[in-house]
Amino acid sequence: MANLTLTNSDLDAISPRLVLDKGTRPTGYKEVTEDVVSIIEAKTSRAWWIAFIVSFLTLIMLFGMLSYQVATGVGVWGNNSPVGWAWDITNFVFWIGIGHAGTLISAILFLFRQKWRTSINRAAEAMTLFAVACAGLYPVFHVGRVWRAYWLFPVPNTDLAMWQNFRSPLLWDVFAISTYGTVSALFWYVGLIPDLATVRDRATGIRAKIYGFLSLGWRGSAQHWTNYEMAYMLLAGLSTPLVLSVHTIVSFDFATSVLPGWHTTIFPPYFVAGAVFSGFAMVMTLMVIFRKWFHLEHLVTIKHLENMNKIMLVTGTVVGYAYGTEFFIAWYSGNPYELFTFINRAFGPYWWAYWSMISCNVISPQFFWSKKLRTNIPFMFVISIFINIGMWFERFVIIVTSLHRDFLPSSWGYFRPTYVDILTFVGTFGLFMTLFLLFARFVPIIAISEVKGVIAGDKHRHLPEHVEAQMAVKRDEIMKVVA
Amino acid sequence: MALLEMDGLKRIFDPNAPKELWGVVAEFEDEQALLNAGEAMHHKHGYTKLDALTPFPVHGMEAAIGIPRSILGYIVICIGLTGTITAVLLQWWTGAVDYPLVIAGKPLFAFEFAMPIMFELSVLFSAFTCVFGMLALNGLPKFFHPAMQFPKFARATDDGFLLVVEKSDPKFSAVETRQLLMSLGATSAEIVED
Repeated sequence: MANLTLTNSDLDAISPRLVLDKGTRPTGYKEVTEDVVSIIEAKTSRAWWIAFIVSFLTLIMLFGMLSYQVATGVGVWGNNSPVGWAWDITNFVFWIGIGHAGTLISAILFLFRQKWRTSINRAAEAMTLFAVACAGLYPVFHVGRVWRAYWLFPVPNTDLAMWQNFRSPLLWDVFAISTYGTVSALFWYVGLIPDLATVRDRATGIRAKIYGFLSLGWRGSAQHWTNYEMAYMLLAGLSTPLVLSVHTIVSFDFATSVLPGWHTTIFPPYFVAGAVFSGFAMVMTLMVIFRKWFHLEHLVTIKHLENMNKIMLVTGTVVGYAYGTEFFIAWYSGNPYELFTFINRAFGPYWWAYWSMISCNVISPQFFWSKKLRTNIPFMFVISIFINIGMWFERFVIIVTSLHRDFLPSSWGYFRPTYVDILTFVGTFGLFMTLFLLFARFVPIIAISEVKGVIAGDKHRHLPEHVEAQMAVKRDEIMKVVA
Repeated sequence: MALLEMDGLKRIFDPNAPKELWGVVAEFEDEQALLNAGEAMHHKHGYTKLDALTPFPVHGMEAAIGIPRSILGYIVICIGLTGTITAVLLQWWTGAVDYPLVIAGKPLFAFEFAMPIMFELSVLFSAFTCVFGMLALNGLPKFFHPAMQFPKFARATDDGFLLVVEKSDPKFSAVETRQLLMSLGATSAEIVED
């Protein structure tokens, strides 16, 4: 009975493992440590240097653009009446949205016991942090006088001589974004401590000292783990409502104003779904590149990519539904201004932005209904790029098309970005990629201790009942054949 | 226990201080062997000062070697609620007491508009408590620990599964505890000094 020799790959067909063999080598605890830590122990590769230099030069351009803006004034951007919010807020919402996937993966999927998250959560959380850093630049620099940015916070001072307006959603946003950034950083660091200890115990000399300092003397004792797991669960429980609140409050910036196109109750859920959608697209773009670059295909498997595609399909469909609902309500409300705004969105001077958004966000994820397409790596990479572009356009459409035609035709205008707008936005990618490359160079990009927990779980994986029954009856026979 | 252990402090700064026996560390094949040995040590042989060093949290380990459930949650809820109260006081005092200013005809203070910041500060305070509370309960940062002297300590963050018995355990005996650990399936067991 040769077919009774059940190998791991036979069992994978029934109940796939989350961590696969690398070629023919099985992946155990030691192999995970080796595969992940060797990335940061190896000599810096030429590819890394090229990517880093390009990113760093782009970052320098960002500094140049921001310095020019601070020295000259916000007028160097294209924002002007009637479009007072333009690329700055579009890019702010774009970057904040991208961050949401990281928290969704690390917190919400943790609470749902989705163990496949462990292979991608570290990189996704890092992406969150760096995206929030890019987003934070925009409101800070849009205030014009950056040196007064502390006026955003209730810091006692003598030059403002008054307090912030807590009745304004813009101030709620300040608190939401800064809390989100802080909690994401804490969550990320807590997850890192055991892995930094792993790096410490393999390193020598100055590296051992630095990683030893950063890992705070972690030794993986059962006492540590019990408090650690409690802290991790609590942070996940706190981050879950937090991440939902962040984009909700961002949407309040628009929804609480009395402006056709913004003043809608659908905004909070619609913004959150869009944020998760765009964030997963960015995780996909990055992971497809990095798993290949660092030979991590056995840890970030096709199953992980497929699951992410399924989430993109769901959230993309929710976003498409929200676009439809907005149009329906514009008509059904009987409000002529609301109706005009939406017809103008689709068929007015910014029609090209609207239809770019629809084709990238509504149509492209629908391909993922097909299993063949959602397991095709080049295809999903292309789609993820489309989604990134489409979600940028979504924010542009919401912000600029709602503003560019005010109530009186005398206050109509057409927004065009200046070269400073464009180069600043390109520059934020430089900041993002510089930080991400540094992360990939110095920090384990996969949560080692969590993946080991998953390997332990894979050993005792649940098989469908009929397979278990067959195993129970014919165990001796199977064992004999294997031996 | 004295707040400052003078003897302990002196020993840190004195390089010639005599080493003292601290405990026994044993290594096991895998998490299952460690779990079984820990359970036998605690539940069958009555050891209480046990600890396990593992590269990932082994489920059931706390129950097996008698480590109580973490109290972190209770600390977090208390400090978290402090954040809620801080947010209410901040918004009420700045808006309605210190500098009352009517904006858009809205009330000077109301819970409706205070809610988002109450939520944010509760989360912020709780998250800080989570992280620093976890570190405090674990006694971290602590860059040296006697268990780190076990020759194979580095494996505890890679693929090793270690069981630690401290000298302070009433049933501890350097020779017998070591023998017992070996008989429970340890691949190696050594006496560690401090």
